[in-house]
Amino acid sequence: MAPTGTARPSGETIRAPDKIPISLTVNGVKRQLSVAPWTTLLDALRDGLDLTGTKKGCDHGQCGACTVLVEGRRINSCLTFAVMKDGATVTTVEGLAKDGVLHPLQQAFIDHDAFQCGYCTPGQICSAAGLIAEGKAKTAEEIRELMSGNICRCGAYPNIVAAIQQAMGQS
Amino acid sequence: MINFQYARAADIADAVRRIAAEPTAKFIAGGTNLIDLMKDDVERPSRLIDISRLPLKSVEATADGGLRIGALVPNSDLAYHPLVTQRYPLLGNAILAGASAQLRNMASTGGNLLQRTRCYYFYDTATPCNKREPGSGCSAVNGLNRMHAILGASESCIATHPSDMCVALAALEAKVHVAGAAGERAIAFADFHRLPGNTPQRDTDLRPDEIVTAVALPAQGFAKNYSYLKIRDRLSYAFALVSVAAALELDGDTISEARLALGGVAHKPWRDAEAETMLRGRIASRETFAHAAELLLRDAKGFAHNAFKIDLARRVIVRALTQAAQGTPQSQSSKKIR
Repeated sequence: MAPTGTARPSGETIRAPDKIPISLTVNGVKRQLSVAPWTTLLDALRDGLDLTGTKKGCDHGQCGACTVLVEGRRINSCLTFAVMKDGATVTTVEGLAKDGVLHPLQQAFIDHDAFQCGYCTPGQICSAAGLIAEGKAKTAEEIRELMSGNICRCGAYPNIVAAIQQAMGQS
Repeated sequence: MINFQYARAADIADAVRRIAAEPTAKFIAGGTNLIDLMKDDVERPSRLIDISRLPLKSVEATADGGLRIGALVPNSDLAYHPLVTQRYPLLGNAILAGASAQLRNMASTGGNLLQRTRCYYFYDTATPCNKREPGSGCSAVNGLNRMHAILGASESCIATHPSDMCVALAALEAKVHVAGAAGERAIAFADFHRLPGNTPQRDTDLRPDEIVTAVALPAQGFAKNYSYLKIRDRLSYAFALVSVAAALELDGDTISEARLALGGVAHKPWRDAEAETMLRGRIASRETFAHAAELLLRDAKGFAHNAFKIDLARRVIVRALTQAAQGTPQSQSSKKIR
């Protein structure tokens, strides 16, 4: 939180840090992995644990494709270093279905055709799961506002809102 | 992103010790702005000192009737905290006007204060920027400056502070509590952020070895007559072109206390003592509010792409004060402006 910006002279080299062992409970399974300090949670999930359901869109927290639940709260996994989440419980889109039955949000997205290309969908669904758990959105207007961190470039927004409303009615 | 080391602070004293010993290190809490800046090579810390596990996550009522907000309270938890929604709804509204639900879940109170400008040139390392590379020049003065300052800018820098939360904290006259090698101190919110002058690389008066520990609010919360009105290029998840935090105490139709803070117009949340003093003792009316807007904007200066902000700010001030006086604050989900 120091107020000044780029303190380090460019060109200076520092020793490459050793990889740091961390553990994450992902979709109910405890996983051990080693990460560099700069490995984002997103890259750890995709490249370290082969959970490629979570998508990398902008990699800057602007599109929401990387949304996962950490301790039940929706966050942008691209703006989190994995090492900071050592010991945390993570839920990705792969962890939502139970015993071969789709999560109500997954079923609702199918029922309402709430996607076209599908790239943003894992983030949309994880974000909607967080939204429902937060319990702050009641109306379509409030759903739209509190889902504004998830962008759909195909423009499936009306169907996404309808899908979330259906799932909210079931929860 | 370049190579860096990682360490976890054991407690506040350890965090201060570590930052004092390694001035090129940076604290990380929510990381929503810092990691983004590191990916663009704008921030190049030698080490990240992770403070996210320090016990600074509580919101507590204080003996003087105020509120003490731990520096690591996430923005979303703060916005929805019952003591905030009941006693300081202006603060909750301002927080919900900013970022997205995911980012608010991650971003900390202290980090919100210390986020950097979103000036395009500050982010683009291929262009000169006095804030990023002191002495290299300002690309925005003669460049794309739609989102830039109309008040308090200098030849060195016309960047704006991007926070919504800080605009409300300025209006509420919060205090920023910090700890450093020389001990603890409290900084009045108006003195925390700086104007750019000739040293735009410094956003705040926080010293290099200091850490924000809490933000304290005084008892007066303006829960009855307030509004946070933010105008932006799209309806959600965008930075302010102009935002106004308006807070009034009314005795019948007469204004007994007034606070007016603007976001998106300056290097810091902008308040104007003359405008607020004029409002006190006057009848709450459109004419009074227009007079306040004229006073606040008397020295406003536009650039090639943002001169529209001066008239926009005038209108937003009048509308926000009107909403506050009527007790009909701007909704942060319906964007209809009434």
